[in-house]
Amino acid sequence: MTIEELEQIAQSVSQENAKFDFEVNVCMDLACASQGAEKLRDALVKSAEAQGKNVLIRRTGCMGPCSSGPLVRVDPDDVLYKRVKSDNAEAIVSSLGGEPVPELQCDLSDHFDKQVRVVLENAGHIDPEKIDDYIAHDGYKALLTALTEMTPNGVVHRITESGLRGRGGGGYPTGLKWGTVAKAGGDMKYVVCNGDEGDPGAFMDRSVMEGDPHRVIEGMALAAYAVGASKGFIYVRAEYPVAVARLTTGIREARRRGLLGTGICGTTFSFDIEIRLGAGAFVCGEETALLASIEGKRGTPKPRPPYPAVSGLFGKPTLINNVETYANIAPIVRNGGKWFANMGSDRSKGTKVFALTGKITHTGLVEVPMGIKLREIIEVIGGGVPDGHTLKAVQTGGPSGGCIPAEMLDLGVSYDALMKVGSIMGSGGMIVMDDTSCMVNVARFFIEFCMTESCGKCIPCRAGTAQMHTLLTRICEGRGTMEELDLLVDLCGTIKETSLCGLGQTAPNPVLSTLKYFKNEYIEHIVNKRCPAGVCNIEAAVPAVPTEVLA
Amino acid sequence: MSDNVEVKTLIIDEQEVSARRGQTILQVARENDINIPTLCHLEGLSNIGACRLCLVEIKGSNKLLPACVATVYEGMEVTTNSERLQQHRKTILELLFAERNHICAVCVSNGHCELQTMAQDQGLTHVRLPYRNPQLNVDASHERFTVDHNRCILCTRCVRACAEIEGAHIWDVMGRGINSMIITDLHQDWGSSACTRCGKCVQVCPTGALFDKSKIGSDHPKYPDFLPYLNLMREAQ
Repeated sequence: MTIEELEQIAQSVSQENAKFDFEVNVCMDLACASQGAEKLRDALVKSAEAQGKNVLIRRTGCMGPCSSGPLVRVDPDDVLYKRVKSDNAEAIVSSLGGEPVPELQCDLSDHFDKQVRVVLENAGHIDPEKIDDYIAHDGYKALLTALTEMTPNGVVHRITESGLRGRGGGGYPTGLKWGTVAKAGGDMKYVVCNGDEGDPGAFMDRSVMEGDPHRVIEGMALAAYAVGASKGFIYVRAEYPVAVARLTTGIREARRRGLLGTGICGTTFSFDIEIRLGAGAFVCGEETALLASIEGKRGTPKPRPPYPAVSGLFGKPTLINNVETYANIAPIVRNGGKWFANMGSDRSKGTKVFALTGKITHTGLVEVPMGIKLREIIEVIGGGVPDGHTLKAVQTGGPSGGCIPAEMLDLGVSYDALMKVGSIMGSGGMIVMDDTSCMVNVARFFIEFCMTESCGKCIPCRAGTAQMHTLLTRICEGRGTMEELDLLVDLCGTIKETSLCGLGQTAPNPVLSTLKYFKNEYIEHIVNKRCPAGVCNIEAAVPAVPTEVLA
Repeated sequence: MSDNVEVKTLIIDEQEVSARRGQTILQVARENDINIPTLCHLEGLSNIGACRLCLVEIKGSNKLLPACVATVYEGMEVTTNSERLQQHRKTILELLFAERNHICAVCVSNGHCELQTMAQDQGLTHVRLPYRNPQLNVDASHERFTVDHNRCILCTRCVRACAEIEGAHIWDVMGRGINSMIITDLHQDWGSSACTRCGKCVQVCPTGALFDKSKIGSDHPKYPDFLPYLNLMREAQ
């Protein structure tokens, strides 16, 4: 495969597409598929045939506003339809070339206008199972250009220049990590992609792997060229069967096109990828546990140093990045580091994909430039809290993150700003909570998650999260005391400082952040034995004493 | 000492010490009679940094490092016994005591238990946390030994001794988090497992979780000191 051949493929795809008068894109991502997108597509094909219209009906990855699914977009008019049922297929096909169907049409310009799409640029526009579709959208151009025109060092330099930071949660500068692995000695190096997305309410990586798998493959190949690796592993959780299937197809197609394998593009560079499935352990998202799991061992973390960049998979220097990080690589190599660095805020460059969930009008995937105000994400892009309720808090970063209260909505979203207020960027889950959520109960939920997902290797995480869960349950049931609350805070400190890996070190965050901003709710549970949000089932063991009696 | 052995000088608890490249903080500290508490570490076995009792402070870093695996570097300044570390160590020990059923008065290891000694050394007088009182089994199916899971602290010394020294690897860990358990073979009774009956696991167990049946009701001190000698002899061969 050469760049000329790549361009030929792109050309033939656009020639092929030009034969059709219209393109109807049907979102086939999980949310839409579960509401009958497959049937809808069949109905569209049938209607097009029946009406004798020349229509290309394409299955695509996630378009974003999942709560409005199943979604259909008609090109070249760029009309978006929401909640389309298979009964509507006929109406949509007959409207082609005329006025759009008004009752299905949705105006989400507020939702889309504020977004900047880098990682998700192809999602909703290409068929994830067709490599040629990806190539037609500048796919693999970055890889072939890098192989023929750039040195490995040049690629590392470009990534460093872009200011990209790891999208898995830690925010470690990607260029620095690549540089370390590139400098590491040894004849064998590995490139690993962490697709073990496990945070409750997060589905960014799944959507990328399902909607645009070649983007991840290309990113990994570029990384392998930059650091001098010849073998890659994608570690995906087995709970993502569609992602696994799409990646498997993607890898096969890439091999068939000579974009993976030996002597890629007539150079001496060889690289191939294998998929490894996770067996349902959250802790395997931690890099050293993930590597142990790939090696076939029990997925428990190891103390660092040595870092995987020095001694990783099978003891060899290993580059490990998250799905979204790899998804950013090809555009950066294609457009230059400065292009990327121009987006975002001071120390957090580029864009970030968030999975908006919870009490918000438009749940789904959004991609925004770093530094954007939380308020814009929630109120403009997300459409605010529905049903007349008021926003109480936004939870970011999953079980490792924290709750940001409504008063702090004007915070610009970046790694450092979120850290400052006691939360983290995390992988990108964003759970919106309104006045019907009890913050103590929310904290208990996340601690329960950490407790059941702890691997059990180190004492503070294994026994500490269990103790925290007991104490929080007591508070939720109205049996807690103020002494126990102090004990809980104490415990948080020890678990945070002494746990072996990131899971334990960040497990107390949901408790600490809710205690920081919603301490009155804890006190209300403990002293007055009542749950302000009405969530916790406190049996009136001790009836609340009205204040005037005390006075 | 050969020429290629680099010498590092560092400070541990305000005491200037010298070390060889690649040595861990724990090794250097013990060579200089500085005590750092450990539970999962045992001379002769690999280090896993799991019990978190050997955490030490390094000047210039807010992160605590496990002394059993962290290696020394030139100019390092280590504090092994600050108030912050003492507090954490006490809390970790409390967590252990509240996790399972550690009742010293009825334990074969009473008086010879590393957990008990550690608690005394660290000045732990009481446990603030609620006891979990789990219902755990005792497996006495083995002809010579018994495992009482109520006393296990999951240090995995037995797992490592069996795999690394005896080469049988009948012990391993099952489940996760608070439900973790050590098991023999694929969760079979110890008595019907592929155990070689060497007894190394019993000698390395820091508590009364693994004990010799013939010692019930009598003093049961354990002698894990054979490990370094065994390793030394094997290396010499």
